Amino acid sequence: MRTTMNVRIRRKIGKAAVTLAMLLLGIGFLLPFIWMLSASVKPEIDVFKYPIQWIPVKWQFFENYREVWVGDHPFALYYWNSIKVSVVTTIVSVFVSAMAAFAFSHVEFRGRKLLFGVVLMTFMVPSYSIMVPQFMIFRWLDLFDSHLGLIMLGAFSALGTFMLRQFFMGLHKDYLDAAFIDGAGTFTTFVRIALPLVRPALATYAILRFIWTWNDYANPLIFLRSDRLMTVQIGIQKFASESGAFYSLIMAGTVSAILPLLIIFIFGQKQVIEGIALGGVKG
Amino acid sequence: MQGNEVQQQQALPKLKRKQREEIAGYVLAGPMLLGLFIFTVIPTLISLVLSFTEWSFIADLQKMKFVGLNNFKQLFDDQVFLTSMRNNLILLLVVPVQLIVSLVLAVVIERYVYGKGLFKVMFFMPYISSMVAVAIVFQLLFHPSYGPVNETLRSLGIANPPKWLADLHYALPSVMIILIWVGIGFCMVVYMAALNAIPKDLYESADIDGAGVWTRFRRITLPLVTPTTFFLLVTGLISSFKSFDVIKVLTEGGPSYSTSVVTYYLYTTAFENLKTGYASSIAWMLFGCVLLITLIQLYGQKKWVHY
Repeated sequence: MRTTMNVRIRRKIGKAAVTLAMLLLGIGFLLPFIWMLSASVKPEIDVFKYPIQWIPVKWQFFENYREVWVGDHPFALYYWNSIKVSVVTTIVSVFVSAMAAFAFSHVEFRGRKLLFGVVLMTFMVPSYSIMVPQFMIFRWLDLFDSHLGLIMLGAFSALGTFMLRQFFMGLHKDYLDAAFIDGAGTFTTFVRIALPLVRPALATYAILRFIWTWNDYANPLIFLRSDRLMTVQIGIQKFASESGAFYSLIMAGTVSAILPLLIIFIFGQKQVIEGIALGGVKG
Repeated sequence: MQGNEVQQQQALPKLKRKQREEIAGYVLAGPMLLGLFIFTVIPTLISLVLSFTEWSFIADLQKMKFVGLNNFKQLFDDQVFLTSMRNNLILLLVVPVQLIVSLVLAVVIERYVYGKGLFKVMFFMPYISSMVAVAIVFQLLFHPSYGPVNETLRSLGIANPPKWLADLHYALPSVMIILIWVGIGFCMVVYMAALNAIPKDLYESADIDGAGVWTRFRRITLPLVTPTTFFLLVTGLISSFKSFDVIKVLTEGGPSYSTSVVTYYLYTTAFENLKTGYASSIAWMLFGCVLLITLIQLYGQKKWVHY
């Protein structure tokens, strides 16, 4: 009896020790972020001081962030552009993807297999491979240098159709058939029955799409030109290359760019992590 | 006669219903299909045609010259392209390192640690952060003279630490370190889900047989997560071929092309040198690489993965 008690206590101590070790490892892993955060609230001359002042000796939080947000660079505008593009892209993408996913999983129509094959194939084309013709089409359709174009590129991605189709396939056919028999049309069944049932999946996809759009760098780089339309990712890069040696301000900019994602991630981490683990999706 | 009529009457709404469903199908799938056609299918076809031409999109369509396979031939004599391709192949090494580290982390966190959720969030954070922000931070961390990395190395007694991103030989490894750091969380989370799916009694019976930690890992865990490993390997290889942001922000392919990759060369050829035809042939080489990995996946799934 005593020995089993001992074993159990020893196990617990062992687990605590491993936890502590992993905690140290985790902090070490996050040191780049901790350094960024600390540099963003320091006066410029302290940024590269060695030994590193992890906790700033002199704080310059307000000055740095005020300079970034209302200084010479229209950072607030970049921010607003990013919010606008990311929110609209996410909403459009969730709707269009859910509709297509439902059609490809529960509605019978001619050519369904073939069309789904096409969707599958588009999934394999790397976006960088088609940048040039996309650019040409954007010029023809007058979508170049507009948020609308950027939104459409993000919204029409096959990934959402795949991911959500997976979840729709998990719905019981009988359940939906019952609605059909009750005289509900396809649309009613979709809106009233199927959509509410896959709500967690919609939330997961929405969060992922928001993160991907927010972090997107290549598309705004190529398909936008006017400074007043630029998103945060382009903004901080411009800021970093134009403000030269003001590293504390650059770090305040990067912190501001990461912050909304961090907030979304903390609130929606269950959805994000489960969605990624289940669907195994990669943006 | 009478029976037939009744049958027809019953069949009529049924037929209508079928048609209505059909229309609903097209309406529901329509927007996505239309979008994919305009923004992906048509561009893919245009890109294929352009890869056989010599043309610049700022010029008139009449100036387009068909040159057959010349672009592709030229690619194999193009030192910058060959260097970029070689760098892409070196970058593939990121994936196995990521897999090993993240599997070990996943096993330790899943089984031997209190507060799993916290660790998941910690290791996942770099993955949700934008590559641009990460690249800018690492640029400062790796700064050759005052960066904290080199200051620390110096204080540890290394007189001449490498110049990292500014050094011809260290630039690509520096990029690889960043890519590994960013991707570990993703692999770890997927591995943890796979570990969760392994039945607990397998380990219990191994315990009874007196199997040690290592034996259990090698005999139970490793074989049972092979499908996941395979999936992560394939998605990892593909996404490493698509690295662009980190190179554009961090090094612009330099110093002297030591970090140039295919996507970056494609970008500069298309949008800075405005060689549309040539860029399209690079685009198809990239597509070819991704397709090759996908085909290996389809083939390998049957052969190497033991479910």
